[in-house]
Amino acid sequence: MSEKILEMKELVKTYIMGDEEQVVLRGVNLEINRGDFVSILGPSGSGKTTLMNIIGCLDVPTRGTYHLSGELIRDLPEAALSHIRNREIGFIFQQFQLLPRLTAQKNVELPLIYAGVPEKERQERSASILERVGLAEKMKNRPNQLSGGQQQRVAIARALVTEPTILLADEPTGALDQTTGHQIMALFQELSKEGKTIVMITHDSDVAKNGSRIVRIIDGNLSEGVYNA
Amino acid sequence: MLKESIKMALENIISNKMRSFLTMLGIIIGVASIIALITIVSGATATVTNQVSSMGANKVTVQIQGTPLKKGLTQGALESLAKIPNISGISPTISGKTTVASNGISMEDIALQGKNDVYFKNTTDVISSGRTINPIDIENQSRVSLIGSDIVKKLFYGKNPIGQEIKIGGISYTVIGVLQESSRFSSAGQNSAVMIPYTTAMGIVGAKYINNLDIFVQDEAMASTTTQQIEGVLKQDFNGNTDAYSVMNMQSILDTIQSMTSILSMMLGGIASISLVVGGIGIMNMMLVSVTERTSEIGLRKALGAEPIQIQMQFLIESVVLSLMGGIIGFILGVALAWVVCIIIGTTFVLTAGTVILAIGFSAAIGIIFGFAPARKASRLNPIDALRSI
Repeated sequence: MSEKILEMKELVKTYIMGDEEQVVLRGVNLEINRGDFVSILGPSGSGKTTLMNIIGCLDVPTRGTYHLSGELIRDLPEAALSHIRNREIGFIFQQFQLLPRLTAQKNVELPLIYAGVPEKERQERSASILERVGLAEKMKNRPNQLSGGQQQRVAIARALVTEPTILLADEPTGALDQTTGHQIMALFQELSKEGKTIVMITHDSDVAKNGSRIVRIIDGNLSEGVYNA
Repeated sequence: MLKESIKMALENIISNKMRSFLTMLGIIIGVASIIALITIVSGATATVTNQVSSMGANKVTVQIQGTPLKKGLTQGALESLAKIPNISGISPTISGKTTVASNGISMEDIALQGKNDVYFKNTTDVISSGRTINPIDIENQSRVSLIGSDIVKKLFYGKNPIGQEIKIGGISYTVIGVLQESSRFSSAGQNSAVMIPYTTAMGIVGAKYINNLDIFVQDEAMASTTTQQIEGVLKQDFNGNTDAYSVMNMQSILDTIQSMTSILSMMLGGIASISLVVGGIGIMNMMLVSVTERTSEIGLRKALGAEPIQIQMQFLIESVVLSLMGGIIGFILGVALAWVVCIIIGTTFVLTAGTVILAIGFSAAIGIIFGFAPARKASRLNPIDALRSI
């Protein structure tokens, strides 16, 4: 039995839209163990983005509990949530979200700046992680000098560099062509084999099959079918 | 973190060169005009002050217009003036026109000045050779004279005149010294003037009264009090007729000049600082645009672990860097402008540390004040909304 790092119990998220209360997540129960590669599969409007925001500590649940690395995530001051995100979560976005003015290496260093890592160590860690994702030659390039696949690799390196508890990917192949998407998924598989915990949000069931577990979300309800890849 | 923020601020400023420059222009113009105005005014003040104080800040000048009954001061009044504390000496001047002659050559319409030893004690570089009039000359009404360089040239053919005889108003005097050749406007007449003891002058010019006094004070800071006491003595001497005399205190003239120029420089500075406020609004506008443009960047930074205060600091540093750059450029331009103007109008160029601190301080303050609201706006963005706005 491996270590449980994420646990959601009867998690409800509602938004107030005008006078109406809109329920987005209806009592979600989810457990993720260290080393899992979980695909959260759902169509748009299913509540998967809200679920991702809560997993990523960008948002907090209305009701129910969410424990991440044993810590209860609730309505904390924004600075405290920032620290948790910095330490626990490695974000990978559909649109890469690289800063265009910074080199690949500087982009990767960004979360380390907020973690208070000294400059020299930042450079060493960012260089070695870029090498790991196969971009040793491109460290000094800016995002606009890189292909989409390379940009997503930089983003993955940025997510890995803080050694977070969870890699949280939101449609990581959504902005890429099929071939490049396969390469990125191959990299995810490698990272999973190395023991990284990955949570991937997608609407594409083919992409979702890369995960060791697929969790479906429809209308704010989760249902799970386990696939062993 | 601070170093990173400054680096990022510079990168952002450089990547928007044109916009940054136009934004800075307001600050540049504001700081340049303040610095130029202050420097020019303080240069002019220094020049005027120097000129006035070279006439003697420790000197109180008394002019006696007199009344029909009493044309000037008597020796008695002079003695009661001498009793006022803080007075180091009184130098009366008797002025007249006379004729000088020697070696069969005569010069007419020569300025004659009767002076005493106090004048020479308080005035430097009066003579170029020989000796000055001493207390014994005053006491004895000695027939001794100091003569101007033009008279030396004309009457003594450039020979050493000291010890020679000279006829002043037909009476023979011994030359004891030669007056310093001067081109200064304040003593331009000195080259063709003669000076004799004032006691002697009272005899020959026929003046029974003294109409002009220079009173020297010991402590310049007390000059105005002493001036009031002098006025008191004069008022009594002229039976309350204050129109009979005028008392002029160099220190009070200096104070007036300085307070006038400081008001002037504050007024001009105030007008110029309006442009600084306009410049600040320009910075605020640019920062607000910058926050809007970089919403997704802010969202990303927050997702990666930036605290709100770190976001706020980053934008605040950016606006301070922007306005400081403007301030430094403006300072250099303002100083250059003031330097050129000082050369043209011929005043001293004075650059004080205060001016430098003022320029730097003002522009940094503008950056903080006008950068605060945009930076706060950035720090309060919700990361979820910010990330979505691609």
